Amino acid sequence: MWDWIKIVALGLITLFAALAANWARDLAYQVHALIVMAISAGLFIWTVRTAGDPKGPAPTGYMDGVIRYGVVATAFWGLAGFLVGTFIAFQLAFPALNFEFLQGYGNFGRLRPLHTSAVIFAFGGNALIATSFYIVQRTSAARLWGGNLAWFVFWGYNLFIVLAATGYLMGATQSKEYAEPEWYVDIWLTIVWVAYLLVFLGTIIKRKEPHIYVANWFFLSFIVTVAMLHVVNNLSLPVSIFGSRSVQLFAGVQDAMTQWWYGHNAVGFFLTAGFLGMMYYFVPKQAGKPVFSYKLSIIHFWALIFLYIWAGPHHLHYTALPDWASTLGMVFSVILWMPSWGGMINGLMTLSGAWDKIRTDPIIRMMVISLGFYGMSTFEGPMMSIRAVNSLSHYTDWTIGHVHSGALGWNGMITFAALYFMTPKLWNRASLYSLRLVNWHFWLATIGIILYAASMWVTGIMEGLMWREVDAQGFLVNSFADTVAAKFPMYVVRGLGGTLYLTGAIIMCYNLWMTAFGKNQPAAVATPAE
Amino acid sequence: MNYHIFREIADSWVLLAMFVFFVGAIVWAWRPGSRATHKDAADVPFRHEDAPAGETNQMTSEART
Repeated sequence: MWDWIKIVALGLITLFAALAANWARDLAYQVHALIVMAISAGLFIWTVRTAGDPKGPAPTGYMDGVIRYGVVATAFWGLAGFLVGTFIAFQLAFPALNFEFLQGYGNFGRLRPLHTSAVIFAFGGNALIATSFYIVQRTSAARLWGGNLAWFVFWGYNLFIVLAATGYLMGATQSKEYAEPEWYVDIWLTIVWVAYLLVFLGTIIKRKEPHIYVANWFFLSFIVTVAMLHVVNNLSLPVSIFGSRSVQLFAGVQDAMTQWWYGHNAVGFFLTAGFLGMMYYFVPKQAGKPVFSYKLSIIHFWALIFLYIWAGPHHLHYTALPDWASTLGMVFSVILWMPSWGGMINGLMTLSGAWDKIRTDPIIRMMVISLGFYGMSTFEGPMMSIRAVNSLSHYTDWTIGHVHSGALGWNGMITFAALYFMTPKLWNRASLYSLRLVNWHFWLATIGIILYAASMWVTGIMEGLMWREVDAQGFLVNSFADTVAAKFPMYVVRGLGGTLYLTGAIIMCYNLWMTAFGKNQPAAVATPAE
Repeated sequence: MNYHIFREIADSWVLLAMFVFFVGAIVWAWRPGSRATHKDAADVPFRHEDAPAGETNQMTSEART
């Protein structure tokens, strides 16, 4: 019966997608309709061919297949995102790289959202889905709930990424930073996200452990809050059901406030709470010791949840937003420093009694530097949210440097550590292919981040000071083009930092590939079942 | 709808309710006798690494796909 429902639904989707491709009002929508048509037609044929096949016995054990796919997708999207990022860094330094034959598709304006979405949502999102599935099963002592629903979450999420990324290149964007995808892509993500919540929550509900381990609290808050942020920030009315354009329901300062309430909590819940879930599982596992203080982790959780949601208005200092609102955002941002550092200390102190591992274990070293960057950027952020500091830093490259010390340092490094931890376990290997290569990756990535962050501090503060410099008569001393010219050397350094970071990621992919699929394995502990 | 709704939330009984919940969560974490519970919870990641609870076969993870 279920097969027949699927066949009918897939047939209708294919038909509608074909009609939509025919009547499409713009290129992006047409290409997306064709992609959807091809996928649903393929699924239709596959479902018809397998309908009525006898079902095997209910699978047992942990559902790791979808996590293996998630690891591969994370590594792939990481490479893609870092590559585009490095390329657009050089586009800023050398504008000639905005090639004439790529105008309208491959210039900076089109590639920049491709980069941000590729690293945050494709790399980070796949890492979050894979690690949350890994962790929730092992801390609940239960197989993922919902059977193949987990596969729907994985493939559905990656379809969302493909639709978003191709849409940017063809100009389908609602021009909200980090929420660029248009209405139909937003609706699709909402469906996938609800399925994700069901799988995660279902697994927690059927857990065999009395406790819900703290990592799962962080993951659950990430899933629930992102659902809320996504729906509210994407309230829009499509111009036509056959076109990608839409009109936002909020206007003016309300729209700006909603956007940055979304934008900052995307940082707070996607890039912080979710990755803290990783931290609270993988750091204790790799160190071989339980977390330093479970009480502190509970307080960390509740304080982070209660404070982060108010910090968004600090993105709108000196705008039409009322002063009380931006002061509110500023005060909460500064208070937020405390739980952030509480969490960092909790993670670092987990190593107490095992400090020697920093010398001997490059994965632990990655986790430590990741926590170090978490602490650094959660100090820098509150500082930059103070109105007086913000008047210097806002609109400058200091902001870009801040974002990247958090994203490359904290999110990137903890994800690399998680991938290095999970890959041997998921493919039943005794150990990684090479720890020396992990060491190379560690140093390349670290030096890359330092080059990136340092050059952006210098150029950001420099341009901030140049913009506000006035002569004795009160006239501005520098034109905007003067600051652009002065920034050139720092832009080159930034591009080099990105190149080093990308090189490290390539080494990681080689290492993971050889661990999972290589012929010469260190002797495995046991042979895989079947 | 406009941002005055957030203002209402920011300085009304909702603020009080959230603050009370927050303090309650901290007090609950530090309640007497919670140490053993937290010790047990902190050890969760080390208990079922390879297979769900009750499944004796240690190598039950799926075949590679």
